[in-house]
Amino acid sequence: MSTSTVSARPAGDAGAGPGAIPVLTASNISIEYQVTPVVQAVKDVSLTLHRGEILGLAGESGCGKTTLAYGLNQLLKPPALRTSGEIVLHDKDGHDIDVAALSGNALRAFRWDKVSMVFQGAMNALNPVISIKAQLFDVFDTHRPGMSRKEKTQRSRELLELVGVDPKRLDSYAHELSGGMRQRVMIAMALALNPQVMIMDEPTTALDVVVQRGILREIMRLREQLGFAVIFITHDLPMLLEISDRIAVMLQGEIVELNSAEAIYAAPAHEYTRKLLASFPSLTGERGAFVRAGGDTEDNTGEVA
Amino acid sequence: MADDIREAQAVTPAADAAPAASVVVDGLPPENHTPGIEPDVPITSPDAFAVASTDGPAPKRGLRAMLPRRSGKLIVGLALVIAIIVFSIIGPFFTQSPTSTENQQYLPPSSEHWLGTNHLGVDIFAQLANGGAGSLMVGLVAGTLALVLSLCFGIIAGYVGGWTDEILKFITNVMLVIPGLPLVIVISAYLSTRSLWIVALILGFTAWAGAAIVLRLQAKSLRSRDYVYAAKVAGEKTHRIILVEILPNLLPLLAANFLGAVLLAILGEAGLSYLGLGPSGSITWGTILNQASANGALAQQMWWWFVPPGLMIALFGCGLALINFSIDEIINPKLRQAPAAVKSVRKARKSRATQRPSGPSAVASAPVAPRDDEKVKA
Amino acid sequence: MGALEVRNLTKDFVIRNGFKKTSLRAVNDVSFTLEPGKTIAIVGESGSGKSTVARMIAKLETPSSGEILLDGTPSAQRGASLAKYRHDVQMVFQDPFASLNPFHSIRHHLERPLRIHKVARTQKDVDAAVEELLTRVNLTPAKVFAEKRPHEMSGGQRQRVAIARALAPGARFLIADEPVSMLDVSIRLGVLNLLARLQREENLGVLYITHDLATARHFSDEIIVMFRGNIVERGPSDDVILNPQHEYTKLLLSAAPDPKNQGKLRDEVRNELASTATASGEATAVRDRFGTAGL
Repeated sequence: MSTSTVSARPAGDAGAGPGAIPVLTASNISIEYQVTPVVQAVKDVSLTLHRGEILGLAGESGCGKTTLAYGLNQLLKPPALRTSGEIVLHDKDGHDIDVAALSGNALRAFRWDKVSMVFQGAMNALNPVISIKAQLFDVFDTHRPGMSRKEKTQRSRELLELVGVDPKRLDSYAHELSGGMRQRVMIAMALALNPQVMIMDEPTTALDVVVQRGILREIMRLREQLGFAVIFITHDLPMLLEISDRIAVMLQGEIVELNSAEAIYAAPAHEYTRKLLASFPSLTGERGAFVRAGGDTEDNTGEVA
Repeated sequence: MADDIREAQAVTPAADAAPAASVVVDGLPPENHTPGIEPDVPITSPDAFAVASTDGPAPKRGLRAMLPRRSGKLIVGLALVIAIIVFSIIGPFFTQSPTSTENQQYLPPSSEHWLGTNHLGVDIFAQLANGGAGSLMVGLVAGTLALVLSLCFGIIAGYVGGWTDEILKFITNVMLVIPGLPLVIVISAYLSTRSLWIVALILGFTAWAGAAIVLRLQAKSLRSRDYVYAAKVAGEKTHRIILVEILPNLLPLLAANFLGAVLLAILGEAGLSYLGLGPSGSITWGTILNQASANGALAQQMWWWFVPPGLMIALFGCGLALINFSIDEIINPKLRQAPAAVKSVRKARKSRATQRPSGPSAVASAPVAPRDDEKVKA
Repeated sequence: MGALEVRNLTKDFVIRNGFKKTSLRAVNDVSFTLEPGKTIAIVGESGSGKSTVARMIAKLETPSSGEILLDGTPSAQRGASLAKYRHDVQMVFQDPFASLNPFHSIRHHLERPLRIHKVARTQKDVDAAVEELLTRVNLTPAKVFAEKRPHEMSGGQRQRVAIARALAPGARFLIADEPVSMLDVSIRLGVLNLLARLQREENLGVLYITHDLATARHFSDEIIVMFRGNIVERGPSDDVILNPQHEYTKLLLSAAPDPKNQGKLRDEVRNELASTATASGEATAVRDRFGTAGL
């Protein structure tokens, strides 16, 4: 873990402010892919997510960040298997929910209600043959069976408004929406049950920067207003630096550094963090600091071994 | 080179599933492509690892990666097909002449005539052994013809596109909607003498359209792959792009289509012969069935007359189908990987459960800390 | 040494929808000149037409109007003239996972252009040339890499092979269509640096198509900003980035994340919400509505 961890703090809490209240605690999570040979995708990872916080999870392809996110929500599919670790959600009403022990109906009831997810490919995550409205209604039917049709419509309109999509779009299908709008709809669906934690897996990487900016703003605004916590997974460290409270850097299944965004930028402790930071040239900084200076072998600029 | 090893794990699945969601490293979609390019490969599981090393540590190369892996299905299928082919080649050397009528008629099986004799006193085992060659020949010729036609109509239509595509597609569609067996019956009935070759050609000529449609779509999707564009930019000629860049990637599909066509032709020949429209003057498994039925073998319960040829056709077809199943698993790896994955996880869970006694204490002692933390603050 | 010149390039795509035909202008009147030893970056978002420009220059699309001149002479879409053009102008594709044929070895990918453009004739010459190409893109030991298949290599290595393939005919101009956007972030600079070194050493003219303003600035001499098929701004790269004139360029720049701004967006939104007088009240109202009330 990070060198700056205060000894009294639980693992995975580095860089948090003093008044932070945990909402999700994951400890010593290990996830393996049961293939031959067994692949250790996540190795003994501990994370604490606080109320209303944005925790960035940075790493490159194959570092296990997506696997970890799926593991936190009990969404792993074979051959993935969580081999150890505890996941506890500290509910608003004071109860602790042992997520790792949930299964069947209890898990289904828990999943979208307390922790929701926004996936990378909205086109794949949205059902192409039913309307946005029907998909939102599905969520309500599953989790709030008592709601009347009128209430559901009302709520669906509110949700779309909340994410900046015209409520008239309720009757549209996924393919009729632009990429940015689809992702907004995904966020609306994730917000539907007012969850305490949202896990966002590369929610904006498929989008153009301008659209991406708009959606990030929306997420920030909703977070301020609704107070949910976000685990934001991406490989885009500069973007994480702009939005996150804390950032965890993952490499080969381990969190190699976990600290506040400011600390990660100002004083990156791990070599890999420094390497990642150096991979993004500053837009307005000194010109030519990195390019045309030689060093084009993968050993020089490639990943840390 | 440690980085290579690490990345390789994540990279391997991309080999057969090019730009699937999991492979989009920084999520940027292949933008600004010409319309019509869509991810034409199955989306792999959430994380690249999932499918990664099911193939074992050493990734297979090129042609070898396209061979079906050794499974029960494949072994049984190959065994059946090879055994029947060998029997049809070697058998005739050890039997009587299949046209010799010197034996007594309607003999039941005996040590001298393993499968008895028929109404003309011909040894049925001899007919069975010699008929194999006929049936298999029809299958092979018809299968090859169907393959060649489906390649011409499918790949060329798919790759070239435009008007060529429209015309070839139209012909293919017409062939597809013409009901095959009635057409074959009409053509066969029209010809008074039919050699094995004619029957094979008729069967092959009516069986290619379905495969052509599949190949056309595949070629269309491969045409818009970047490696085909790259070959164009490198200056490759069209025929070389089709033959060297596209076709090898279709080998499993072609093999499956070919086996399917062979199977269909053998069954078709048997059907025609049974109706009396089969090759005149030659012996095939179908003609044996025809004679058996014409001479009341069924009513007289002379099973040794009609069961063996029927069984040969069924077993050969079964063998081909089994081989096709294992080829299917190369074309669509999910067929194999998903059940295997579930099995391996179940096994791992079980083995973990048996070790449980040492487990819980370690897990329980770890993390309850943050709650105290919260209480203090509250 | 002549230049690669693009004059008034325009591309209309015809979209057939049943019997209705509509035309979509993907690229409108684009002109520029690429000199040997220089890099021009075309920057834009998806739908800006930048990749269509690249594909037209690579002769994968036929321009609706306009000309592409190599050394001052227009080149045809077919025949010997095209072969000559391909010898000089090559392309590196965006997705290294898709641009190498999974069936063939790396050797095949490099050998073909060498043979097509008659760079090497005997097997011995070809083998030597393949090894030399791999060494030039830092894939050593070359003998080992030559026999590999694409799926045995990482994304960065594949892209190096793609670059080697583009260099094989002896190209003088290289079109790089988002060459690093599909690669892991930590290996991107390595590939860009490789391109920069080759350009320097071999006096290549490089057309760098990208959506990434930061690498465009650091990697190129001139930047062309495209929006919906039109060039909206162009100039020396530092001028365009540090002193943008067009509204769209400014918008792009403001949207690009910069590692220097930690917590910028977070705090911006927070301040905005705080500054609106009703913000806190509104926030509680929203929270109430979506919290316990209603559900």
